Amino acid sequence: MLPQSTGQAISIKNLVKRYEDVTAVDDLSFSVEAGEVFGLLGPNGAGKSTTINILSGLLEPTSGSATVMGFDVQKEPGKVKERIGVCPQEPAFFPYLTGKENVELMGNLQDMPKEKLRERTDWLLDQVGLGEASSRRAGKYSGGMVRRTSLAMALVHDPELAFLDEPTVGLDPQSRRATWGLIEDLKGRGRTVILTTHYIEEAEALSDRVGIIDHGRLIALDTPQALMEEHGAENLEEVFIKLTGRKIREEV
Amino acid sequence: MRAQRVTALVTKELKKLVREPANLFMALIFPIVMTVAFGAAFGGLGSGSMDATYTVGIVDLDASANPVWAEAFREGISDTGVLIVREYGENETAHADLLQGKINAFVILPEDFGDSVDSFLAHPADPALWINSTLGLAVDQGSMIIGAVVPPLIQQVLAVTLFGEQALTLALPLSIAAPTQVTSSHLSQFDYMAPGLFAFSAIFITMLVAQAFSTEREQGLLRRISMTPTSSSEVIVSQVISNMITGATQTAIVYLFSGLMGFRSQATVAGIAYAFVIILFLVLCNVGFGLITASLVKSSGAATGLSFLFILPQMFLGTFVPNTGGIGRFVPSYYVTDALTSLFLRGAPLSSPVILMDLLVVAVVGVVTMVVGIVVFQRFGGD
Ligand SMILES: Nc1ncnc2c1ncn2[C@@H]1O[C@H](COP(=O)(O)OP(=O)(O)OP(=O)(O)O)[C@@H](O)[C@H]1O
Ligand SMILES: [Mg+2]
Repeated sequence: MLPQSTGQAISIKNLVKRYEDVTAVDDLSFSVEAGEVFGLLGPNGAGKSTTINILSGLLEPTSGSATVMGFDVQKEPGKVKERIGVCPQEPAFFPYLTGKENVELMGNLQDMPKEKLRERTDWLLDQVGLGEASSRRAGKYSGGMVRRTSLAMALVHDPELAFLDEPTVGLDPQSRRATWGLIEDLKGRGRTVILTTHYIEEAEALSDRVGIIDHGRLIALDTPQALMEEHGAENLEEVFIKLTGRKIREEV
Repeated sequence: MRAQRVTALVTKELKKLVREPANLFMALIFPIVMTVAFGAAFGGLGSGSMDATYTVGIVDLDASANPVWAEAFREGISDTGVLIVREYGENETAHADLLQGKINAFVILPEDFGDSVDSFLAHPADPALWINSTLGLAVDQGSMIIGAVVPPLIQQVLAVTLFGEQALTLALPLSIAAPTQVTSSHLSQFDYMAPGLFAFSAIFITMLVAQAFSTEREQGLLRRISMTPTSSSEVIVSQVISNMITGATQTAIVYLFSGLMGFRSQATVAGIAYAFVIILFLVLCNVGFGLITASLVKSSGAATGLSFLFILPQMFLGTFVPNTGGIGRFVPSYYVTDALTSLFLRGAPLSSPVILMDLLVVAVVGVVTMVVGIVVFQRFGGD
């Protein structure tokens, strides 16, 4: 069951998540190879966050199954959580702790060795441009600073698999580039990244493969290049329009 | 259960306590304010034990042929200028007055008091012919000053007034019995309230816990923690530990400040240790109540309000607020106050059945409440 042996970081089979009146995830099946940066694209309400929540063991699917790093998310959520890092769409942080303490808390909750935790925290905060502000209370941070803290909180334990749910929303260009740098760094060291974003060019540039979801269903999955060629499109936005007759998003 | 996780969560809770003014006030400033305010309002600062004069009752049971010696003793006591005499015909009235704080001590002159003095004066050098006798003495144990001052003064009056200066160096036929310690209602109202203050602070932990869980749930923080391998039992255990630290700190604060405000605790070191232990079990109860509160309602505002459902009965039925007994037995704080009153006010030994029983009750209720709290929270308290 070692992830290396299967080469699969994620394997989803017939996953369904139904709420009272909506089917958020509708019979989703796909897999992600270890070491891939996998872009999850789709309009608002497509089911991206719901999928990530199921894969990170936060949400019970209505039916279907999923394994993450070789472990069934429903049967062994603890094992899964030790191997993943989650940057949620809505950043959650402890306002009375400093940025640095927030990041260190996550490392401690992941049982990191103290020395490694200290080094990694400093390095990450520096990477996301929070070095100076890291000793201030996170409750006093701006929206962008909070998001960057949240990213550092997700990556502090250098997870085998990172779920980054719209990590660059609301970031200034410099911070966005820093985030891309972190994703490149993870990829360079063989980590797997699941990325959702509404910035089409970001998905194109970073993703090895892209899955396009609409109404909880996977409507396309391939490398950005192959998708564009197949649909004779200039970019992924056009691919989506060709597939659905709608835009992914009215405005970025 | 990983120590690193629990330690990190406890540290985070304590940082919150110290850094968030509302929490800091509730947990640590409030007990200080309460203790000082009650001490100032109901304490006996500057009265009673600090007076320069003490009232001493004399129960004159002397039936000797020669009554002059009892009279002389009375006058000798008055002449000290420090002791005021009140006369009694019998023991019971004096005892009752001591209990009510009307007098600070009383002396019982034995039946053969005068005969004893006469026997000495007739044969000062021949102890074999003395009629030996003993004076009874009872002092208000609430005041260390009275206990320290009154017996030597009486001894001195006996020696100087009755037997003359030279008698100081000699043995005498009359001795003073070891003083009986009597707890008198001369104690200030604050002395009776102080034991209740210990429980009073701890019951607000219900509110702290209810707020902690409901706020962190609202802010998505419980969810954020559940994205890590941290289990909900690790989260709950860290709440218990951090609140026990808070409870122990509150206990120390109340002890210190009530002492400063004039509370005369009779407790031994073991008694103080007991106080900490029983308060920790009360904290356990209140963490359980907090968990139940946070499970029943979703918003932090509602949780704060609902927490008073657990706080008010504990406050009115189980702390210093006087109540008619009976009904108090339904709240855990009652047993804490009961035990601490016995320990601190009456100087009861730790081995007394009532003290052990109180601890047992609070411990059992604490564990049960906690278990219920965990079950309810895990079923209804998550997002
Ligand atoms: N707790 C819930 N109860 C009911 N419906 C829900 C719940 N959570 C999500 N949904 C619905 O499920 C669908 C998918 O939501 P999801 O958050 O997964 O979308 P998304 O692709 O992440 O969208 P966005 O781009 O806006 O983040 C939406 O229709 C949403 O309204
Ligand atoms: Mg989303």
